[in-house]
Amino acid sequence: MQTFDLALIWAVIIGFGIIMYVLMDGFDLGLGILFPFAPDEEARDVMMNSVAPVWDGNETWLVLGGAGLLAAFPLVYSIFLPALYIGVFLLLAGLIFRGVAFEFRFKANTSRYLWNWAFAGGSMIASFAQGAVVGAYIQGFNTEGLVYVGGAFDWLTPFTVLTGFGLMAGYALLGSTWLILKSEGYIQDWAYKIAMPLLFVVLVVFAVVSFWTPFVDDLVRDRWFSTIQVIWILPALAMFCAYRIYRSLKMRREGMPFVATMGLFIFSYLGLIVSRWPYVVPPNFTLWDAASAPESQLFLLLGLLFVIPIILVYTAWTYWVFRGKVRADAGYH
Amino acid sequence: MDLDPLLLSRIQFAFVISFHAIFPVFTIGLASYIAVLEGLAFRTQNPQWVRLSAFWTKVFAVVFGMGVVSGIVMSFQFGTNWSNFAQASANFLGPMLSYEVLTAFFLEAAFLGVLLFGRDKVPAGVHLFAAIMVATGTLISTFWILSANSWMQTPAGVEFRDGAFHVISWFDAIFNPSFPYRFMHMVLASFLTGSFVVAGVSAWYLLHRREVDSNRKALSMCLWLILIIAPLQAVVGDFHGLNTLEHQPMKVAAMEGNWETESGVPLLLFAWPDRETQSNIMEIGIPHMASLILTHEWDGVVPGLKEVSPEEQPVVPVVFWSFRVMVALGLLMIFFGISGLVLRIRRKVYTSRWFLQSMRAMSITPFLAVLAGWFVTETGRSPWLVYGMMTQAEGVTPSLTGGMALFSLIGYIVVYALVFTAGVYYLFRVLQAGLEDDGTDEPDEQSERPMRPFSAAHVKFEYEPYPGIGDDMDSDPTRKGGN
Repeated sequence: MQTFDLALIWAVIIGFGIIMYVLMDGFDLGLGILFPFAPDEEARDVMMNSVAPVWDGNETWLVLGGAGLLAAFPLVYSIFLPALYIGVFLLLAGLIFRGVAFEFRFKANTSRYLWNWAFAGGSMIASFAQGAVVGAYIQGFNTEGLVYVGGAFDWLTPFTVLTGFGLMAGYALLGSTWLILKSEGYIQDWAYKIAMPLLFVVLVVFAVVSFWTPFVDDLVRDRWFSTIQVIWILPALAMFCAYRIYRSLKMRREGMPFVATMGLFIFSYLGLIVSRWPYVVPPNFTLWDAASAPESQLFLLLGLLFVIPIILVYTAWTYWVFRGKVRADAGYH
Repeated sequence: MDLDPLLLSRIQFAFVISFHAIFPVFTIGLASYIAVLEGLAFRTQNPQWVRLSAFWTKVFAVVFGMGVVSGIVMSFQFGTNWSNFAQASANFLGPMLSYEVLTAFFLEAAFLGVLLFGRDKVPAGVHLFAAIMVATGTLISTFWILSANSWMQTPAGVEFRDGAFHVISWFDAIFNPSFPYRFMHMVLASFLTGSFVVAGVSAWYLLHRREVDSNRKALSMCLWLILIIAPLQAVVGDFHGLNTLEHQPMKVAAMEGNWETESGVPLLLFAWPDRETQSNIMEIGIPHMASLILTHEWDGVVPGLKEVSPEEQPVVPVVFWSFRVMVALGLLMIFFGISGLVLRIRRKVYTSRWFLQSMRAMSITPFLAVLAGWFVTETGRSPWLVYGMMTQAEGVTPSLTGGMALFSLIGYIVVYALVFTAGVYYLFRVLQAGLEDDGTDEPDEQSERPMRPFSAAHVKFEYEPYPGIGDDMDSDPTRKGGN
């Protein structure tokens, strides 16, 4: 009867949604992280203007991911969220603050510095929390039956703190290379200057996580060191992207640093997936264990196949309309 | 001190959803109102309709934006605090909530931008179409979310096996028994909210003689709407109550403060329901009235709370008093609908100061009535989460401790207090600027990048007195709005 593996289709959709979110919200969160260090207020205007038309579209992927997980993989939803309770609160609080700061900073004069801090603080907290989620996923969850039974701070370990700061650095790198693409003059110079050390930090964290992950459990170790050798292409490609970032920064190329940083993210993400595949709630549950009933997955899939293309086209159109360099004086009179 | 994670989770959910509900309940009504204004502008070519529509679209944009931000939290609440419930009901609620989100995004992607920023960039017909689609979209969102809630009240179309609900009939589950009534009741509540807010703001402008012609039009429209909808809402509410009596008798018993199942039950106006003694400490009521309303018979039998054990009874005082608040406010709305008609006949509706002042004050009442109504239906369902099938205690996250729940509850209160104080404050700034502010004198950098809801409003965040806006503008003839 069942000709399609619906759970697999959904895994691809959710997986696609997550990387879309990471890449797209990543660079605007990254600009938030860099915000306090910007050379001056004019640079901050440019940074914000460069993401203003797109940032809320970027976050739609997160909300869609939340609802989609509940519908397609309820077990992921009902174990991750309780396990990361405090982290989820911080993530949402951070996102709310920066979202509102985004809107009001444009309309504020004297209170502008307050919104600057809200934007930067919210972005940092949200990024750290997301990085910690990645670390917690690699660590695995303490479950009994279909229920999380660990404590409130099980997720907070030296490893997840490292992944938290690692993702902050990664987002900041995405943000700085985005800024290289979208700015010019002294602001672009500043972005070039900070991108290189950020790349260095990202690579250090990347190295530690890469050495750590295979020793989390036997399955991951076997995956990398015995069975399928072809997956080594993923870290190799990630390293190649890192090299491309380094070279293109040296040569002061404008587009390549951002593209190569996205590549670095994508190949690291795929590497993470093959490490744990097909476990979505490690160490006990695969994506098939976590799936909702097939009729429920199918019911939602029909609507999603209709709406996702529209969202993608709309997103692409928005980026196209606002392509090119951003200037601080755009719109000032 | 013993912190109960269940109680704290309930309080947190009530707080977050109450705060969130304020925004959509207004935007749903306002979206339809804007569509009507756009339709009038399209047909008559009267610029006053365009000005009204442009102004209320700005207000819509800000409130919609706040609704989106507060809604982010909602989609994660089920997992953080109610993970067993989420896990068990995901087969049905997951698709419902996802369709709600998809509808909202589809709407935003396709039509909201055109409505907010396309007035001079697309043909008038396309702009009208976008307004109609935004209004339709908000109603479709309402459809999904109320279907999900109604299913929790009157579950249907599912069977419970292997620790989870499985859908056996999507139609029965979506169109579950209480859904049509709840949907109608809520849509009318949204229309009333939109009407009273627009009427109240227009009345305020009229008191200050600002844009008199346009605001008279707006007030007049809203008063006609209130005259029709407020009584209609009472009728729909009655049907909704009868449906509840059939499916959730204990909720109705709590609403009536009725402990014993008996005939000829009085309608209590005031009472102090006491769960300890399982009776009312003092009560004042109209004999036989509750029987008459609920069964349409003088001696009809009304179920009492004692049919079930005290643990299975709802929080009676909350349900009882919330219900009275809702009904009292509803009656007040009907009163003002009729007053408006009487004053209109006497040609005093735009000048009667007490009436305009009262309408201004009334603009808050639909929000209170809606929240009170939700308190009735939600606390009236307790101790059930899915009525008759899963209790709140069964649904709560097992690993949640009282400390964690208290932390997040306080956290959300702080975050919402800060963020939405700013949001509501800004909304008042937009209202203060009024129809006179068309965004041309003071464009900010946003006008170059008009892609997000808030950028539809150009008003500055800080208070800067606008020339001629204040109480003493009678001396300034240019401010009288084109009489």
